[in-house]
Amino acid sequence: MTLTAIIFAGILTYFTRMTMIALISRDMLGDKIKAVLEYVPSAVFPAIIFPGIFINDFGTFIEMNDPKIFGALVAVIVGYFSKNIIATISAGLVSYWFLIFVVFS
Amino acid sequence: MLTKKQLFTRGMLDISPHMLSVIPFGIICGAIGVELGFHPYLVYAMSFIIFGGASQIVFLQLLSGGASSLVAVASVGIINSRHLLYGAVLSEYLEKLSFIKKLLISYVVVDQGFAESNKFFKKNRSEEFLHYHLIGTGCTMWVCWQIATLSGIVLGSFVPEELGLKFAIPLTFIAIVVQDLKKLDHVIVMITCGLSSLLFFDAPFKSYIIISPIIALFVAALLLRLKK
Repeated sequence: MTLTAIIFAGILTYFTRMTMIALISRDMLGDKIKAVLEYVPSAVFPAIIFPGIFINDFGTFIEMNDPKIFGALVAVIVGYFSKNIIATISAGLVSYWFLIFVVFS
Repeated sequence: MLTKKQLFTRGMLDISPHMLSVIPFGIICGAIGVELGFHPYLVYAMSFIIFGGASQIVFLQLLSGGASSLVAVASVGIINSRHLLYGAVLSEYLEKLSFIKKLLISYVVVDQGFAESNKFFKKNRSEEFLHYHLIGTGCTMWVCWQIATLSGIVLGSFVPEELGLKFAIPLTFIAIVVQDLKKLDHVIVMITCGLSSLLFFDAPFKSYIIISPIIALFVAALLLRLKK
């Protein structure tokens, strides 16, 4: 029963990946739409970033002094200047750990 | 002109830093599935059949919380509908491929792979075998995801929960968009998306994940009109 549901979820997910690549030809999209699509990364990824920072495991807003806000700010600053993915992730995690294990413990 | 192998390797290298967040997250996903009481084979089957990060956890959490299969399947579809936008962007670069190749390559399109390959495509439009970069990012992601979720399933959550490693996921996406903070129009689009995602977080079926990009793209269209 669960397996059937997994298979349906998988087929649906595959269709989300395949539809625009295989079934839509680029000519069907006008220049205006192409220009808007330039913004896709900036328009999609914050929907993963913001809830990942500001909403906790129980689906409620975090306090304004939550260590995740500080960690994210450090990651933004380090990422902006270093242009390095590993440095960005590590800086965010280490500053977050510093607050939860050293400062707030 | 780069060879297919060089492009594939370049794709692998471009996505590999993201494994710093993907691997711990995969382990957590595998472990959670088993903890929720699902058969290990089923939890693993999801990594292969759905291959969709957070949507796999949501699916199992909904089922174990008593939601119907229909609700769980619909939620996975809505969460993963953002791939439609990735496909629309990538289609320009994959246009020349045969239909079969398009069908095959689609299976490995993931968030981080799309992001890194799209950056590479924009700078190297003239390369003939561009799609090998996307295969490189996608396959690296696929292999790491299978190994990570499998380790979580077999070994349990050996990643200490106190470390809060789920936080690495927003960080990995910060690393992807952070350079676009230099452009005011992109900043406006990002803030629109981010605030909308918080505003609509409680919308049914986790639909905030597609509602907020649509709102943000409308704002992008308005900005383009103002620019002229």
